[in-house]
Amino acid sequence: MMFVNSISTFGQYLSLMHKVFARPESIKMFFKQFMREIYQLGINSIPIVLIISFFIGAVICIQMKLNIENAWMPRFVAGYATREILILEFSSSIMCLILSGKVGSNITSEIGTMRVTQQIDAMEIMGVNSANFLIFPKITALITMIPILVIFSIAAGIAGAYAIGMFTGIMTPDDLTVGLQYEFSQWYVWCSIIKSLFFAFIISSVAAFYGYRVEGGSIEVGKASTDSVVSCSVLILFADIVLTQLLMQ
Amino acid sequence: MIEVKNIQKRFGEQVVLEDISTIFENGKTNLIIGQSGAGKTVLLKCIVGLLVPDKGSVLYDGRNVTTFEKKERLMLRREMGMLFQNAALFDSMSVLENVMFPLEMFSNKTYKEKLKRARFCLERVNMLQAEDKSPEELSGGMQKRAAIARAIALGPRYLFCDEPNSGLDPKTSLIIDELIHDITTEYNITTIVNTHDMNSVMGIGDHITFLANGKLEWQGNKDNILDSSNKQLNDFLFSSDLLRKVKEKNQK
Repeated sequence: MMFVNSISTFGQYLSLMHKVFARPESIKMFFKQFMREIYQLGINSIPIVLIISFFIGAVICIQMKLNIENAWMPRFVAGYATREILILEFSSSIMCLILSGKVGSNITSEIGTMRVTQQIDAMEIMGVNSANFLIFPKITALITMIPILVIFSIAAGIAGAYAIGMFTGIMTPDDLTVGLQYEFSQWYVWCSIIKSLFFAFIISSVAAFYGYRVEGGSIEVGKASTDSVVSCSVLILFADIVLTQLLMQ
Repeated sequence: MIEVKNIQKRFGEQVVLEDISTIFENGKTNLIIGQSGAGKTVLLKCIVGLLVPDKGSVLYDGRNVTTFEKKERLMLRREMGMLFQNAALFDSMSVLENVMFPLEMFSNKTYKEKLKRARFCLERVNMLQAEDKSPEELSGGMQKRAAIARAIALGPRYLFCDEPNSGLDPKTSLIIDELIHDITTEYNITTIVNTHDMNSVMGIGDHITFLANGKLEWQGNKDNILDSSNKQLNDFLFSSDLLRKVKEKNQK
């Protein structure tokens, strides 16, 4: 029964995506919505991305220094490990997991509230493809903004590592710089960005799906938000394994 | 004119609408009345296409919408305006943007012309002074008036109102009723109002359809409704003290 339900839900998701990926009825209105979503989903997420990345970058640096430090290890290795963790996993996968909580629940609750207050019905009555009008700008806006958020996250994480090195003295900025630059591969940054694009699609489309199919009232909207965050997180983790395997081989 | 022919709708085992047939004419305010759970909202949703009836057909000026392709249905919807129970204004937009929304989506007019039309509609419902306000800043009656302005922005041929007076005081309800009635006659559109407000029944009921337990029990108008011999309709009507007193007075 659970298997049948999963297949049915996936079918509903595909059916919704079929409605979403249509030509917008008004390009002008699409761009208006797109810019609104850029601000709401992207620009508004910058502070939380910077704060979390800064502190996690600092903590990773401390952990690497304390746990890897060894007489046989070069002094720059903590900086090197910090960079690799930030670029390869934290700034793409973990940051997107965090964003699935912030952005995903925002999308689900916004669309879910529109559903229960009949705003979506009002659009449908007018002949507007509500799925396309509401969801397509969110997906495109998040996919547009996510590479910027990833770059900001990497930069803030590195800034955090420098800050902790300078203020606590556990590591000199020179050692950290050497570590950060040691055998740097540009491809890893691209991998991070490519992964984040897939995660952005998962967050925006799955969260919108949960919001769009809400029936009932505020309790159901709250439940849908929780379900969407859980589903997005699981799907991001699963996609992370597949994408990492494909991109890093 | 909208014609409903032998509509039937079930949800699981429960029959919500049973063989409903009626005609809603142009330029008249057509009311669907009945107790809560009688099937009014389901009938309205079947008429506007938000629900698909299990049997029967809905004809808009002779066009059978139940056989329409998706594209034809979308085109028809651009000829409709709807006022929802809770107004359903888009809360991310101002009042003016709400009224501009259908124009921005479907009208080929210039921005200036669209703005002029939106302001005209707002003025028609006496809401021009609130054009920059957001929906949550408005009272219930103002929200309904703004929603009417949005519904008529594209010049619809069909107007649907689901419980337009719910949550409003009697005086504001009267204003909304008069507005709906005036717009109907002014633009000669087919209006269907779903209500259980007795003031609306007696004030604007040009054509009244009474539903009980999913069945069409009575049809008529505001002038002959009090003389009906239908028991279910009388039970429904005279549960209102006001109407009971009016009838007693008339009989004296």
